[in-house]
Amino acid sequence: MKAGDPGAGMGGGLGGTNPALEFHDLTVAYHTKPVLWDVDLNVPEGKLVAIVGPNGAGKSTLLRAALDLVPLASGYVRVFDRPYGDVRARVAYVPQRESVDWDFPCSVLDVVLMGRYGRVGWFKRPGEKDRAAAVEALSRVGMAEYRDRQISRLSGGQQQRTFLARALVQEADLYLMDEPFAGVDAVTERAIVALLHELRDRGRTVVCVHHDLQTVAEYFDWVALLNMRLVAAGPVSEVFTHDHLNATYGGRLSILERAATTLLREQKGSMPDR
Amino acid sequence: MFDLTLLTVMAGAAILGAVAGSLGCFAVLKKQSLVGDALAHAALPGVCLAYLVGSAMGWDAKHPLLLLAGAMATAWLGMLAILAITRTTRLKDDAALGIVLSVFFGSGVVLLTYIQKGGAASQAGLNRFLFGQAASLLPRDVAVMAALGGAVLIALAFFFQAFRVLVFDRAYAASRGLPARRLEVLLTTLVVVTVVVGLQTVGVVLMAAMVVAPAATARQWTDRLPRMVLLGGAAGALAGAVGAWISSLERRLPTGPIIVLTATALLAASLLVAPRRGLLWAAWRRVRNRRRVRVENLLKDLWRLGEMDLGRFGAPRAVSDVLAVRAAPPRAVEDARADGLVRVQGPLVELTPAGLARAGRVVRNHRIWEAYLSRRLDIRDDHLHRDAEDMEHALDDEVLEQIDQALGRPAMDPHGRPIPRGMPS
Repeated sequence: MKAGDPGAGMGGGLGGTNPALEFHDLTVAYHTKPVLWDVDLNVPEGKLVAIVGPNGAGKSTLLRAALDLVPLASGYVRVFDRPYGDVRARVAYVPQRESVDWDFPCSVLDVVLMGRYGRVGWFKRPGEKDRAAAVEALSRVGMAEYRDRQISRLSGGQQQRTFLARALVQEADLYLMDEPFAGVDAVTERAIVALLHELRDRGRTVVCVHHDLQTVAEYFDWVALLNMRLVAAGPVSEVFTHDHLNATYGGRLSILERAATTLLREQKGSMPDR
Repeated sequence: MFDLTLLTVMAGAAILGAVAGSLGCFAVLKKQSLVGDALAHAALPGVCLAYLVGSAMGWDAKHPLLLLAGAMATAWLGMLAILAITRTTRLKDDAALGIVLSVFFGSGVVLLTYIQKGGAASQAGLNRFLFGQAASLLPRDVAVMAALGGAVLIALAFFFQAFRVLVFDRAYAASRGLPARRLEVLLTTLVVVTVVVGLQTVGVVLMAAMVVAPAATARQWTDRLPRMVLLGGAAGALAGAVGAWISSLERRLPTGPIIVLTATALLAASLLVAPRRGLLWAAWRRVRNRRRVRVENLLKDLWRLGEMDLGRFGAPRAVSDVLAVRAAPPRAVEDARADGLVRVQGPLVELTPAGLARAGRVVRNHRIWEAYLSRRLDIRDDHLHRDAEDMEHALDDEVLEQIDQALGRPAMDPHGRPIPRGMPS
């Protein structure tokens, strides 16, 4: 199935339930550098989805577009058929671990409690129920005994689990995770996979930017292959093929990239390349 | 000694310190420590313009509220300029800061000189905004500072949680619906107000230090943000009051710079002596570690001698023989004796029961680690010893137990020597 085909990337079977996440003709650029180009992708509910692609392919940007964190040059994103702003409470974001300075003066519990603010409002202090929920989330990721530890004294795997606990405490329906397995130890990796499968089994939708091709088939139900444009998306067994992987990873997109960059520069009034 | 003038100055300086020290925590954690510097320098033209406008309109051109309003206006413009530059051009934060600082401050100096040379008798003294002239603070000035400073602290308390998430994880905060951009503008606006509070006391040039130094001091002493903010405020207030007092002792000492130096001295002291993070503590811990290694090596050598002597571990040995095993310093014997691990009688030394137990433990650690390196990591036999020499002191019981179990509790090390068991920890 090619990305443009009517059957490709359609969620939940033909004409089935609404997709959890819908990207329509999405184009995102940073200044004059194209990052995502004409992306059409429907992510069905209740699936564990991997987004894979080479460095700079726009994977993180795709998540950030769904969260309304980047301006769109064209197209739109719908979450549970609504704009993100309407369904914020149903979506939990787990950013890349390295996007944060872990030398910040707070404890593990402080970080997890940040996940409750949307509920409590930003100005009230979290109460007993919130703390209990936070501790419970920490137990689910095996970090309950570290609740008072300063976050700079955590290992990579522990940091990742803290971020996960913060997401769990939101009790969301859709989880967007940016490289949750990057730089974690084997034990943590197994624990996270088990947790994601548990979420999926309870009907939640989980979308992960994933960096390790070796484990895609083992961990995920669905995969979206991305390299500035969507190469293919669908069940792993159907879509994770040599041809598609070659198209995603093999060689640079010189023509599309140059054409897109030229267009963007013209629109911005920047100097042309030559 | 503590007359009303001095108390006024100390109060004003303390207010400045408390506000700058608290708010500065967020600026420092956000890695925007020098924004305060740029905005302070950007306040200078505002002071001059306010004076010029005031004179032209026939008002009391040197009223603090007028001058500070002008300061706030251009500092705020400076903030907008920084944002505009980073958003519309390819210049980054640091370049934008440098540009805004220089352009605004340069304009300020031009205006200041123009005013100084204007000839009117009452304009002298605007240059006190360069380095502050705390000694000339009047109660009405301090009242204004208290009002503005109080507003900043109230806003800080109100928005504390929002600011905390914003600074720690901006993307996550935005995804939860926090208006990140507007909050950032609010935070910077609070910095502007703080800068204005401090202008008459430490001046535009040195204000940056009051935003950074107390916050950095506080960070040395705590790992919790609420405590850090309180400590920052306390450190700033202390630096302000003490600095003001010190400068009152000698007529020719300028108050503003002395306050800044006091704040910096507090920071330097904290860098050295704060527990856990302090440099002196780190040095002491290193010395203590080296001592422990010395002692444990001595115990191990005594054990080895016992092993070679048909297992008579507790027998007395000549000190020179023991030291010769690895050319150990004689100090090791003294340290071991002070710890109750060996007994010294004349030229002889022998293990006490405690020393025997400890020696057995260190030898066990060493040999189990060698077994691990050899069997699990396939390291060559002649490479094992040096690694184990380091590891034997560092491994804790929990990790050792794990390794021991994983290896199936071996009886021998890779060189065929017995691994001591049954030693109490």
